[in-house]
Amino acid sequence: MTDKLKLYGKEFDSRLLVGTALYPSPAVMRESVSASGSQIITLSLRRQNPEQQQGKMIWDYIQESGCQLLPNTAGCKTPKEVIALAEMSREIFATDWLKLEVIGDDYNLQPDPYGLIEAARELVKRGFKVLPYCTDDLVVCRKLLDVGCEVLMPWGSPIGTGRGLMNKYNLQTLRERLPDTPLIIDAGIGAPSQAGEAMEMGFDAVLLNTAIAKAQNPVLMAQAFKLAIESGRAARNAGLMLKRQTASPSTPTLDMPFWQQTVTAGENA
Amino acid sequence: MQLLVNGENVNLNDGSSVAALLQQLGYTGETFAVAVNGDFVPRAIYDATTLSAGDQLDIVAPVVGG
Repeated sequence: MTDKLKLYGKEFDSRLLVGTALYPSPAVMRESVSASGSQIITLSLRRQNPEQQQGKMIWDYIQESGCQLLPNTAGCKTPKEVIALAEMSREIFATDWLKLEVIGDDYNLQPDPYGLIEAARELVKRGFKVLPYCTDDLVVCRKLLDVGCEVLMPWGSPIGTGRGLMNKYNLQTLRERLPDTPLIIDAGIGAPSQAGEAMEMGFDAVLLNTAIAKAQNPVLMAQAFKLAIESGRAARNAGLMLKRQTASPSTPTLDMPFWQQTVTAGENA
Repeated sequence: MQLLVNGENVNLNDGSSVAALLQQLGYTGETFAVAVNGDFVPRAIYDATTLSAGDQLDIVAPVVGG
């Protein structure tokens, strides 16, 4: 059975998208991305002087990675900033794909839903393939679809917190009400079990960075997330059993030894 | 004239273009992009884009990101 992740007309075998930041070294980053099996990686743009070499390092890696690039607009707070950065990203990275971030609060890095919709509308007009990092609000998500986004990336919990799926009711609602929209849980995932849970709930993929990069052994953690996501997806496809309140024995009860029908003397008479 | 490039003061001859500024500062290759006063300036019009005193430029390059 082919079970590809389909985003904006492209197909991917891996359902794990990973960030490239916060690793202890560029070498560990490269090895971890490779171990994750990810085919989509996020990147960004920052001010840089000609003598700084980080730009070249990441550029060299991009050339050899073979991954779909997903530049972000991290840190942008207004649609104007987003659009300028998006255009700069498209020129440098030569891709229309964009992880749209419009941040509305400095403390929990919560997406600004109004700025998000306004920016998405303009970016779609300009030909971008927009993957918005959004909250789990159904109405906001619908409006993002209305303005032309084909993929949504609701948060699990705030970026870098590792708290997992904070509001499962809302997330489940999104999944049920938007059954045909690719939904990627982006941000807040701290453990492979949380990523697996998202997949079991029917989300199409998971995007994460900190949980791998800040692990004591990032390469091993990348493998752990890869396995958890594959496992969660398989479980979703297999169909989970329904929960029930009372116990139900797994082992047959028929012909249980040591058990005798209790018969009273009076009944035999 | 004085410009602000990535938050720092830079002196440039009056009437210079974005291309001239990039050459003066030593930007080469194609791994950077430019915005002037918050608006993207495509590579194709670096020569044709004339800068004015007080312009604020952002010159960005790829970095790791999440």
